[in-house]
Amino acid sequence: MSMVLQIVVCGSIVPDPLQTLEPVTTPAGPGLKNEMMLPAVLDPWASHALYEAANLAKQNPGSKVWLVSLGPKAKLQQVMMTVAQKVPFELIAVDGPAGGFTEASQTAAALAEAIQAIPGLDKSRLLVFGGWESASRGAGVTMQMVGELLGIQDQFQGVDEIKLQPDGSFEVMERVEGGRHQISSCAGAPALLGWATGNLPEPKNNPQVGMLNMRTVGPALQKAKPFKPAATDVTFVSVSLPKQVRETRIIKDKTADEIARELVEWIKQ
Amino acid sequence: MDQILFLAHTQENGLLPASALEALTAALALKSASGASELVVGLVGASVQAAADQVAGCGAARFLGVAGAEFSVARYATDAMAAEAICKASAASIVVAPGSSRWHRVLPGVAQRLGGVADTHLTGLNPSGAGGALTVARWYYRQRMEAVIQRQRRPWFLLIDPGSQLAYVGAVGTATVELLPVQPGAAQLRTAFKGYRELSSGVQTIRPEAKLLFVAGAGWTKKQADGQPHVKEAETLILSFLQTSRASLGSSKSLVDLGGEGQAVLSFLTHLNQIGQTGSTPRHPKGLSTCCHGEEPHAVGWRFINERRAINLDANCGWARGKADVLYVADAFAVMNRVNELLAAK
Ligand SMILES: Cc1cc2nc3c(=O)[nH]c(=O)nc-3n(C[C@H](O)[C@H](O)[C@H](O)COP(=O)(O)OP(=O)(O)OC[C@H]3O[C@@H](n4cnc5c(N)ncnc54)[C@H](O)[C@@H]3O)c2cc1C
Repeated sequence: MSMVLQIVVCGSIVPDPLQTLEPVTTPAGPGLKNEMMLPAVLDPWASHALYEAANLAKQNPGSKVWLVSLGPKAKLQQVMMTVAQKVPFELIAVDGPAGGFTEASQTAAALAEAIQAIPGLDKSRLLVFGGWESASRGAGVTMQMVGELLGIQDQFQGVDEIKLQPDGSFEVMERVEGGRHQISSCAGAPALLGWATGNLPEPKNNPQVGMLNMRTVGPALQKAKPFKPAATDVTFVSVSLPKQVRETRIIKDKTADEIARELVEWIKQ
Repeated sequence: MDQILFLAHTQENGLLPASALEALTAALALKSASGASELVVGLVGASVQAAADQVAGCGAARFLGVAGAEFSVARYATDAMAAEAICKASAASIVVAPGSSRWHRVLPGVAQRLGGVADTHLTGLNPSGAGGALTVARWYYRQRMEAVIQRQRRPWFLLIDPGSQLAYVGAVGTATVELLPVQPGAAQLRTAFKGYRELSSGVQTIRPEAKLLFVAGAGWTKKQADGQPHVKEAETLILSFLQTSRASLGSSKSLVDLGGEGQAVLSFLTHLNQIGQTGSTPRHPKGLSTCCHGEEPHAVGWRFINERRAINLDANCGWARGKADVLYVADAFAVMNRVNELLAAK
């Protein structure tokens, strides 16, 4: 017997990690230089959450995956062109800023509201997924707040594996210190899981999945609720790039033995 | 005036982990700078007396505790309950806590519950920063830029990044702990702790306390000058180096991903070893990169590695561009082989 799940993945967009980022001051606070021009990707840890969600849904027929994404509509649209080819999901878009300097509690409130508005949402089947940290704010704060707002007390972070049992209970593996995992068992939904890398490779693009998804992506973007952050209590005293660029000493003409001696000396210092 | 709470959990032996003693240093600095503020110590664990005694001399006005078998290990529901009770009992406006995995996964949720805010991965704290008020420093965009911020809202939870402060040192004493009655119900006990899983290979390669981070890149598995890959040899070289040097093992994403794609890969590596954008950002005084290109998504994970050296066949690799102090343009197989011989001889 399998379990019919409702898996809601929270995931936004971030600048492609290969881009060089530079902070600037905007009327709304700190931001990135050319923020709207930077190529974006789905937040990496959230994408792992999405792949794990799709895999779980596939193993449990009748289950469904939603992707709740808060970001500027135009950028979401671009990123969805690729993401939609990966795995089946229904997009729920919220149109608003997704940068690292936005306030986690406000983002969490917008996400929780979007989740609660899903028609037919059944908490006894609900698994809320997300990345354990974003690649923008990088705080690991938002998902826990979403969980609190939804009244979910079974929360897990740094998750690398979930094993669902036929009775709906599951075992979870979370990252802890020293390269170890903590294993817990949970009675079942509702639960919230902030994913680390998980175990699945990035799915290959599948144009058929893309076509199916795009049927809902367009309308979802069209009816995306606008989200305008309120003023926050934060003052950014400064935002700066690390100053230090090292003067790399490039050593080309030493033998392996000479290098090894130098390294051993350095290690022992 | 802020009411400061230092909030910690015990580790398996009933004492405070190093990360907690570091956070206590930050809490004490805050207290002494703001004069009239009071410091309360809050502790959670199976039993908290030994931990309270460990920091009995820190000058806290009160010691609050939540203790019992249900609080011995990390579980969101019970930890949130315990932290919430202590925060309320202490009337804290500022909560200083270690950014341990256990607290990191629960305190932002508690902040939400209490109508407060949480900032994590704090690397710096200035009690009398801009305008004489508290400022904290943290990194954004995966260690690409650093911001210094202030906040009005309270309670404000400050999670201090492990390794960023000196640990508190003080004489052990006898503390009087006020234990708070916190009774988890069925709703908080739906999750049960099963145990820890060590790495499947049984080889411990991640050592947060190590002086040296040794990074292995995908080059170790690539075809070498003779047109062949030498993965077994790479494994032996790396393992033997880790054994003698006691270094912590990091890896590039490409190398760990190869495992997932079914290619020959170093058997003792997992995603937990991955350094960078979608990996970790460990703290070690020194780092040695081998057979790794040093691309930006990898190098951002080196933000807190002070001295950096790299061995790469390519003089134009990423490390050459201001990312390492020294780049040895050489064959890492030959160099590490010799390094191992030298270390073994000592
Ligand atoms: C969204 C996203 C997230 C990412 N996150 C991360 C991350 O967290 N961590 C990460 O590491 N990467 C990350 N990357 C990938 C990153 O961009 C690089 O692709 C990756 O770091 C390359 O790994 P590498 O240097 O080991 O391999 P390669 O680029 O294949 O480099 C191998 C190197 O080995 C050298 N070499 C080969 N043989 C020898 C020898 N005998 N002696 C010495 N040198 C030798 C070669 O000269 C070469 O420089 C991410 C990318 C994206 C898009």
